Amino acid sequence: MSGSDNKWIGENTIRPDGADKVTGRAAFAADSSMSGMIWGKVLRSPHAHAIIKGIDTSKAEALPGVKAVMTAADIVDFPTDTPVPLGIQDMRWMCRNVMAREKALFHGHPVAAVAAMTEAIAAEACKLIEVDYEVLPHAIEIDDALAPDAPILHDFIEFEGKPSNIAGTIEHTKGDVEAGFAEADVVIERDFTTRPVHQGYIEPHACLVSVAADNKTTIWSSSQGQFMVRAMTALLTGLTQSDIRAIPAEIGGGFGGKTIIYLEPLATILSKKSGRPVKMTMTREEVMRASGPTSGSKSTVKIGAKKDGTITAAEGLYWLQAGGLPGAPVRGAVGCALAPYDIPNGHTLGYDVVCNRSKVAAYRAPGAPIGAFGVECVLDELAEELGMDPLDLRLKNAAKEGTEAVHGPVYPVMGYVESLEAAKAHPHYSAPLGPNQGRGVASGFWFNAGGESSAQVNVTEDGNVVVTTGHPDIGGSRAGIANICAELLGIDYKRISVLIGDTATIGFSNLTGGSRVLFASSIVVTESTNKVIRTLCELAAKIWDIDPDAVEWEDGAARPAGANAGQFDPLTLAELAARANETGGPIGAGAQINTTGAEGGFGTHICDVEVDPELGIARVIRYTVLQDVGRAVHPAYVEGQMQGGAAQAIGWALNEEYLYDKDGKVDNPGFLDYRMPVASDLPMLDTHIIEIPNPKHPQGVRGVGEVPLVPGLSAVRNAVYNAIGIRFNDLPLSPPRVLAALDVREAAE
Amino acid sequence: MAKLHISTTINGEPEEFLCAPDETMLDVLRNRLSLTGSKEGCGSGDCGACSITLDGTLVCSCLMLAAEANGREITTIEGMADGETLHPLQQKFLEEAALQCGICTPGMLVAAKALLDENPNPSETEVRFWLAGNLCRCTGYDKIVRAVLDTAADMREAAQ
Repeated sequence: MSGSDNKWIGENTIRPDGADKVTGRAAFAADSSMSGMIWGKVLRSPHAHAIIKGIDTSKAEALPGVKAVMTAADIVDFPTDTPVPLGIQDMRWMCRNVMAREKALFHGHPVAAVAAMTEAIAAEACKLIEVDYEVLPHAIEIDDALAPDAPILHDFIEFEGKPSNIAGTIEHTKGDVEAGFAEADVVIERDFTTRPVHQGYIEPHACLVSVAADNKTTIWSSSQGQFMVRAMTALLTGLTQSDIRAIPAEIGGGFGGKTIIYLEPLATILSKKSGRPVKMTMTREEVMRASGPTSGSKSTVKIGAKKDGTITAAEGLYWLQAGGLPGAPVRGAVGCALAPYDIPNGHTLGYDVVCNRSKVAAYRAPGAPIGAFGVECVLDELAEELGMDPLDLRLKNAAKEGTEAVHGPVYPVMGYVESLEAAKAHPHYSAPLGPNQGRGVASGFWFNAGGESSAQVNVTEDGNVVVTTGHPDIGGSRAGIANICAELLGIDYKRISVLIGDTATIGFSNLTGGSRVLFASSIVVTESTNKVIRTLCELAAKIWDIDPDAVEWEDGAARPAGANAGQFDPLTLAELAARANETGGPIGAGAQINTTGAEGGFGTHICDVEVDPELGIARVIRYTVLQDVGRAVHPAYVEGQMQGGAAQAIGWALNEEYLYDKDGKVDNPGFLDYRMPVASDLPMLDTHIIEIPNPKHPQGVRGVGEVPLVPGLSAVRNAVYNAIGIRFNDLPLSPPRVLAALDVREAAE
Repeated sequence: MAKLHISTTINGEPEEFLCAPDETMLDVLRNRLSLTGSKEGCGSGDCGACSITLDGTLVCSCLMLAAEANGREITTIEGMADGETLHPLQQKFLEEAALQCGICTPGMLVAAKALLDENPNPSETEVRFWLAGNLCRCTGYDKIVRAVLDTAADMREAAQ
C-alpha cells in the first residue's frame, strides 16, 4: 500500500473517543462506582527496611464501619526459590510488592489494607493496626547497597557465592574490546549517574472490584493491560482467570508504570471478605512513595576511535536500582546503549541492584535512556576531541541494514542514517545561537515489540462497523485503527467505532507496552477486516450467482472483477449488510495472532538551551525530534508521541529527582517538589517524521512511542556543555547543580 | 459531624447538597453530584486536573471547601459545551490532537476557557504561563498551546 494512494492512512482524523474526553464523560478508573460500594485504604510501612514480626488487626476490625481487613497472609505466597514469570514480572516479587510479607522493603510498602463504609473510616482503621517492626539499617543509593557492609535486603540473593544486593546481571559481547581499544587513537572513559524518575502519569492508580458470592469478579481499573490485571490478580488471590472479568477503564497516562498492579488484588480480597464492591484510589503521595519509578543508575562508558572517527571498541558498565525487589530494566540499558552504532568490538554489562526504594516499574523504553546517556555523552566529547561534527561522527559509525548489533540482532531496513541526515539538513541545526546558548545532539534506539493481539471486526445490520481490540489506548491508537480499517474497507472512518474489549469480550492481548499497540493491533485488525471483505465478496457472489473469486472489493463495494465476471451494479457494504440474513447471516471476523516483525526504532534529537548564569537555570529554547516511524498512520498522534517523549526526557535531564531523608523516606512526594515540566518550561517541540516502511508489517508500521525518550537526556546535557563549557555527567542539571558548577569554575579562574 | 446544607449554582442550574465541613468541592462534585469530569491528580493544587470556575475565577476544586460554594456560581467541564455543540476549544483540541490520554483535558479546557474569557488575544508566552498550573505528561504541551492560540484566533475572527 503506497502512501500517496491512501485516503485514510496518514490522515489526522478525530479520535473515536474524542468527544467523551473533552466533555468529561470518559470514564477513568476512579470515575466508576457501584451499588453498595465501600472504600479501601492501605496501611504503609513507616520504615525503609524492617522485619515484620507481627500484625494485630483486632482494633481496626472492631471499629464501627469497618467491613474487612487484610494482610499478606491473605495473598498467595510464591516461594522465593521458584521463578513464576509473568511478562516482565515475577510473581515471587509481585506477591511481596503488593503487600510486605517477611519484611517491609521501603518506606510506603503496603503492610495491611482496610475496607470501610467511608474512606475516612478506612484511614482511621489503618491507624489502629498494630505492626511489630524490627527496624533494620537501609540502603537507598547504589553505593550504599554495594558497600562491603551494606544491609542485605534478601537472604536468598547471592552473587559470586556471597549474600549480596546484586540480584542478577545481563551482558552482551561482540568481538574483542581490549584489542579494539588497542587499535584506537583516542579513548575516552567517563562515569555517569542518572536519578530515578517517576513516570508521572496524572491519573493515580485506582480500581473498583466486585467479588460476588459465587466468586464471579469484576475489576474496573486503570492499567496498560486488562489481561495482565486478570492474570496477576488471579495468581495473587487464588481465583481462576475465568471468574475474573477485567474491564479496562480509560487510562490517564501510563508510560510503562501501569504494566504492573498494586491495588487490584487488595481490593479483590477486601471485596471477597466484605461481600461488598470495594473502591481504592491512591493519593499522589502514595503514587510517589510506592509506585514506579524507573531506576537510578551509575555507569562507566568507554569508547575508542581512530583519528578519522571510526569507532574501534566501546564498553558500558551499568548498575541499575531495582528498588526493594529484583527487576531493574537492565536489558534495556545494556541492549540499547550501543545499538545505533556499527561497532566491531563491544561489551555491555549491567547489574540489577536491590535497595530500599519502591520497586521500579517500566518507564518508556525501560533502561534505554540510561544506557544511551553515557554513550551519547562520550560520543559528544569524542567528536570534540577528533574535531568532528557530532552528527558526522554518528553518521560515520551508524548502524544500517545488515549491521550486527552488539546486543545480537542483524538489522533489517531501518532509518537511523536518515534521521542523522535529516538532522544535519534541518534548519534548526544551522540556526545561529546567542550568548549563553548551546546546542546538543544525541541518538537513541528502542527494541519495539510484537506479541499477542486479538481483534474482532463486526459489520452492523445497518452497514457500519465495530472494531474491538484488546489493548488500552494510551495515546490515540483507536484513531489509527479506525484509519486502517476505513482504508481497507473503503468507507468513511466515521462509520467505524473502535472499542477496547474487556477480558471476557475479546481474545487474549498482551499489554500496551513496548511500543507495540498500533503495530500489533493493525496486524490483527487487517487480518480480521480482510476476512470480512472476503465474506462480503462471497455474499455478493451469491446474490449475483457467480464465482466468489470473480468478485473484488473496491471503494466500499463489491464489484465484478472485470468484464468476464458479468455486468452487475456494485453492492455497497450497507446493501450487503441489509441482505445478510438471506445470504449467509452475521458478517464479522476475528483474528488472534502472536505478532512478529516489530523491528527496532531509531531517532535523533537536536536541543538548544540557554543557561542563566545568575540562577543556574538551563532552559530549553528549541527542540527538534527526528525519527523513523515506518508509517505514520495518524501523523498528529505520531508527533504527539515524539513531543511527549522529548518533554519527559527534558524533565529527566533538568529537574526530576527524588529527595530522600536520612530515614530513607521520600522528601518530595508531590508535584510541587517533584518538578515535572510545566507549559511555561518548554518551547514548541518540533518533529520531523521519517517514513521508511517496516517491510514486515502490512501498513509498514514501526513502534513510535518509546524511542523519543531515549536520546533526550544527552541531547539536553550536550547542549548545556555547548552553552557553558561544563560537562555534567550526573543528572539532573537542576539549577543548584548548574550554579554550583559555575561557582566552582569561577573560583578556579 | 453534622453536615452542612449548601445551596449553589452549578453549570447554570440550582443545586443543593449536604457535605461535611472538611469536604472538598472536588469530592462533592465527584462523589455526591456524579460530576466526575473534574479529576483528582494530586489533591494539592499542583496539577490542575480538577480546575473549575467559582464566580468566573479559575480555582482548583481540590483546594476549595465545598461549603464555600454556598450562594456562588460554579462551572465545571460538564457545563462547557452548549448542548450538542462543543465549545470551540473542545472542538479544536480534537482537531489538533491536543490530548493523548485525556486525564488532564477537562482541567486544561476549563483553564484555557478562563484565559480566553479574560484575554481573547493571548501570546504564546501568556498561554504557557496561564496553563503552567495544569500538568500534562503526554503531549509536551505543544499541541495544547497551539490549540488554545488557534481557538483564540478563530473566536476573535468570529466575533468581528
